[in-house]
Amino acid sequence: MASATNSGHFGPYGGRFVPEALTAALDELDEVFHAAMDDPAFRAELERLERDYTGRPSPLTEAVRFGQEHCSGARIFLKREDLNHTGSHKINNVLGQALLTVRMGKKRVIAETGAGQHGVATATAAALLGLDCVVYMGEEDTRRQALNVVRMRLLGATVVPVTAGRRTLKDAINEAMRDWVTSVDDTHYILGTVTGPSPFPDMVRTFQSVIGREARAQILDRTGRLPDAVAACVGGGSNAMGIFTAFIGDADVQLWGFEAGGDGVSTGRHAARFAGGSPGVLHGARTFVMQDEWGQTVPSHSISAGLDYPGVGPQHAWLHDSGRASYEAVDDAEAMRAFQALCRTEGIIPAIESAHALAGAMRLGSRMGPDGMALVNLSGRGDKDVATATRWFGIDEPDEAAEGR
Amino acid sequence: MTGLHDAFSRARDEGRAALIGYLPAGFPTSDGSVLLIKAMVASGVDIVEVGLPYSDPLMDGPVIQEAADTALRQGMTPAGVLDVVERVAATGAATLVMSYWNPVERFGVDEFAGGLARAGGCGVITPDLTPEEAGEWTRATYEHGIDRVFLVAPSSTDARLRTVASACTGFVYAASTMGVTGARTSVSGAAESLVSRVREASSLPVAVGLGVSSGDQAAQIAAYADGVIVGSAFIRRVLDAPSLQAAEASVRELVAELAAGVRRRTE
Repeated sequence: MASATNSGHFGPYGGRFVPEALTAALDELDEVFHAAMDDPAFRAELERLERDYTGRPSPLTEAVRFGQEHCSGARIFLKREDLNHTGSHKINNVLGQALLTVRMGKKRVIAETGAGQHGVATATAAALLGLDCVVYMGEEDTRRQALNVVRMRLLGATVVPVTAGRRTLKDAINEAMRDWVTSVDDTHYILGTVTGPSPFPDMVRTFQSVIGREARAQILDRTGRLPDAVAACVGGGSNAMGIFTAFIGDADVQLWGFEAGGDGVSTGRHAARFAGGSPGVLHGARTFVMQDEWGQTVPSHSISAGLDYPGVGPQHAWLHDSGRASYEAVDDAEAMRAFQALCRTEGIIPAIESAHALAGAMRLGSRMGPDGMALVNLSGRGDKDVATATRWFGIDEPDEAAEGR
Repeated sequence: MTGLHDAFSRARDEGRAALIGYLPAGFPTSDGSVLLIKAMVASGVDIVEVGLPYSDPLMDGPVIQEAADTALRQGMTPAGVLDVVERVAATGAATLVMSYWNPVERFGVDEFAGGLARAGGCGVITPDLTPEEAGEWTRATYEHGIDRVFLVAPSSTDARLRTVASACTGFVYAASTMGVTGARTSVSGAAESLVSRVREASSLPVAVGLGVSSGDQAAQIAAYADGVIVGSAFIRRVLDAPSLQAAEASVRELVAELAAGVRRRTE
């Protein structure tokens, strides 16, 4: 049920809806990926990088005050992907795909990025392995996330602002695909999440599943039992698949994905694909898509650039339909309350993406009560979100006290 | 046998390749697209591709993206596309739709195939649908008697060419280069070897598209292919024209050049 068995499908979802020009490259990638995972030398190299470069295993932190004060006394454990090198879970996938790039003999990588976390991680791995790197980023996002643009350039990457369409993540993916169709001979496209044409959903999930493997062992070791619930935010859904995968076989562990409710699902300004979308095809996969009655993609909206995407990984669509995982929308205001709560009770500034999962944990806490225990994937740190939080909370900055209010 | 078969046969009988012209429905307006496509047919295009504008055209370069955006802003819908098809097909020209897959799936696979057949359309080109995902589409097109055209690319292996070509009816669409749509100054040598590899795998006509914009290129391709497909170059003409009348004249001029190109080797 949980893995891609039938040529890259998860039930009716997934598959490959791409120009024929990419078929040969996707076939090659599929073959090289499976051969690499069967190769002890490849796995050893990946594990070495995860340990010595990323800093894995990432810690498991019990958020005691957050649990007591904001989650009805439930025990809350945070999987600290925010402490990885580059500041989020994105590096897990990027290192795997960058090693595959070298294995395929390709010299250039391209990537899309929204908030910039995946772009930074890709630029980082490219620098480490001596690969040329081009990152496509919606022009709108290059303005919203100017700091990450500078980080990528410092790391030697070329950042291309995308001016097509709505100038956000969706359009950056279109542009990366267009580059790839043209350059596929010497270029690998490091897709950042568990969507896109097969084998990307299965491959990215595999590289991210280290999160859940570690967390499951850590929480058993710490508490002697499995959590009642595992919670993660879901944009494309790679951090969620990363932590869910180890628990899919544990029938008593609830899996909860929290997508971005934006201004509220009823307003239409949101990124809640399950609450407000329907099955369709986007960026190479059949999945839940925000679309109008004619199948045109509808723009998404979220305070969190990383969740601001109108599609979702196909395995999530299947977990949703099969009932193994449950998905709820968390709106901007609720996410920002959780963001502030974690800052004040634990001394951890989370990424706004991850704050959606924390808001979810607050809901789960009120349902489970003090006997409950939840594992939350803290997928990234919030340094990149300081400007957004400043505007949201109206925190005065001395030089700009009168601006933007 | 459909209109496509007849169009390719007629061209073959005249010892030339067929000229295939693309324009998105609704560009620059719904009526404007009908007027321009009719002008194409009147001045020598044998087969028409009516584009269904889509929000995320990942195989298209900036020119077709801009045209699709314009058409969507004008409110073009799949039902509107079928209306354009009906008005164009009334000229007697073989009329195809080119569409990304999601709008077709959303409209209803059987409904779209049936609607197209009723409008007098003869087939659909699907740039992001491969035979592996086309089970329902194959049944629907068979049921309604319309052609299904898939794409092959220079990177397609021989085994892949057999799979894709055997899933096609009407003709096989050969992408001339590894890339997206848009005029190029030269069409790569990859196209000729791709066409000859397709001929090993299939007896269907093979048409070459992507990057073709001039009579010389059309002549060059017509020497080895059964059809020459031109899209972005027409859109460029329309974008550059100050009025619809000027656009029509400019489109006619390009058709004349291309039509002479596909006939050049016999002259």
